[in-house]
Amino acid sequence: MGMTIVEKILAHASGQAQIRVGDVVEPRVDLAMSHENAALVINQFHAIYKGTGLEPKVWDAEKITIIFDHRVPAESAKTATNQKLVREFASKQGIQRFHDIRGDEGGICHQILPENGYVRPGAVVVGTDSHTTTHGALGSFAFGIGATEMASVWALGRVLNVEVPGTIKVVVSGRFQSHVSAKDLILALIGQIGAEGANYKVLEFHGETIAALPTSGRLTLCNMAVEAGATAGIVPPDGETVVYLRQEAGVQEELELLGPDADAEYDRVVSLDVASLGPQIAFPHAVDNVHPIEMAEGIPIQQIMIGSCTNGRLDDLAAAARILKGKQVARGVRLLVFPASYRIYTRALENRTIFDLVSAGAVVMNPGCGPCLGVHQGALADGEKALATTNRNFKGRMGNPSAEVYLCSPEVAAASAVRGVISDPRKVE
Amino acid sequence: MAKVILKLEDDISTDIIYPGRYMATVLPGETPRYAFSDLPVNHRLQAGEIPAGSIVIAGKNFGCGSSREQAASCLKGWELRIIAPGFARIFMQNAVNLGLELIICPEIEADEGDELKIAGGKVINHTNGNRYEIRPLPQARQRIIDAGGLIPYTRQLLLSKQK
Repeated sequence: MGMTIVEKILAHASGQAQIRVGDVVEPRVDLAMSHENAALVINQFHAIYKGTGLEPKVWDAEKITIIFDHRVPAESAKTATNQKLVREFASKQGIQRFHDIRGDEGGICHQILPENGYVRPGAVVVGTDSHTTTHGALGSFAFGIGATEMASVWALGRVLNVEVPGTIKVVVSGRFQSHVSAKDLILALIGQIGAEGANYKVLEFHGETIAALPTSGRLTLCNMAVEAGATAGIVPPDGETVVYLRQEAGVQEELELLGPDADAEYDRVVSLDVASLGPQIAFPHAVDNVHPIEMAEGIPIQQIMIGSCTNGRLDDLAAAARILKGKQVARGVRLLVFPASYRIYTRALENRTIFDLVSAGAVVMNPGCGPCLGVHQGALADGEKALATTNRNFKGRMGNPSAEVYLCSPEVAAASAVRGVISDPRKVE
Repeated sequence: MAKVILKLEDDISTDIIYPGRYMATVLPGETPRYAFSDLPVNHRLQAGEIPAGSIVIAGKNFGCGSSREQAASCLKGWELRIIAPGFARIFMQNAVNLGLELIICPEIEADEGDELKIAGGKVINHTNGNRYEIRPLPQARQRIIDAGGLIPYTRQLLLSKQK
């Protein structure tokens, strides 16, 4: 019987020739990522060694990466102290892939990993962040874990008790209309299969639309796989993957492009055609509460956020800037823009994207998670409505349970900023 | 016998269990005071009105969203037990790793104030008189539970590797 990509990756990482859905394996880990919550990982890591007489030492410092992104610069003394603890630990353990709060290396973890070439097709990637699914865009098996589980990975180099997940094959056909993008596709898919439609499973993306999609769009797709409950999202690596890794991420070594077998067994197949797909909106307070933009047009918005690990990449910012150039953000709307990394920020400065955004009235913030998870920057007032290119709109997500969050693409965010109400970008230009 | 102290709907996210604005607090000893902090039950927990072993009845997909382990450690701190038809993956793994008791019970029916007993693979609701089948956790997770959580389990593996 043939295998899916994830079955192949897990078989290889567990030293087995064949593997079946439901098998329990303990794969070796190729990359272990944490952000500020490394402070908790460190605490749990030391707890493992307590009473053993062994010196706490990570299994392989070269396979660990830590990025500060959730609260940068620190919003409180508590966070600053946690960041200091992590900084000292990284230095002591010799963790080189540590990205501090700096304009020459900082950004959101889910952009730092791909752009620095830390992720390879066929790798097992774990991260103490649910959106670690993002890295399936480069053909790795990447999934989120908790802090204690990460402490165990730091000690052993394996992730314990992984059940081989079943796979849902998603086949996408058709060409996107103008102003419709990967974000609309993933919102439509989540709306169709539901918030637990892929629970404990992998979403494997196929079809002509995916083949034509640049890596930035694939990152958007896999990023939100977790919002359907998926353990991971994955795109079979191809020529585009190689071009991205060589040109953008500077990877020189030979790459093995692992695809699924032709007779791989899938739980089910979901087919979508994007040719007639318009912009999509996820209404409060659930990511699967997705409706076509026609249902949302005219809803007044007070704050708009463009950025995040879902949609803070250069083409996202450029798409927004094309709509905003020469126009003004409507009075009464705050437009906050968070580039996903300083590399992106720098390029957006060079090509005047940032100039166009700021001239239109946007506030460009430093790269990081920003208000997405409600801990830092851009809090919402009671009763306000926010529109965001982020990935979650749960009650209280942006820090205020009395506010509402709608999710959309960068194009919809930009068009809505101009009009002050949720707007269809196809009608604004 | 234990009382149902809270009944929740489907798809309760980690933002409801442990809001992101408290994420700078990480240590398991410090997280319990923020458990369900936007719900009235938080005051009752902090006032010491809810005994250990009390039960939360949730809908499907409890714990969806973030991987934040605080969502499991804050409930573990009060020794609450969660009964639901199903749990989101990362939350379930975190709960197992920390020793928070999750009970998968697809047919469960119970209201706040009901008295439940968990025995012999069943949830017995003494208030409505019904019994509901418990679905066992996957074998792999049982190994971690039997070891007393992931920290002692990893410690065992680490020490056996040294020999």
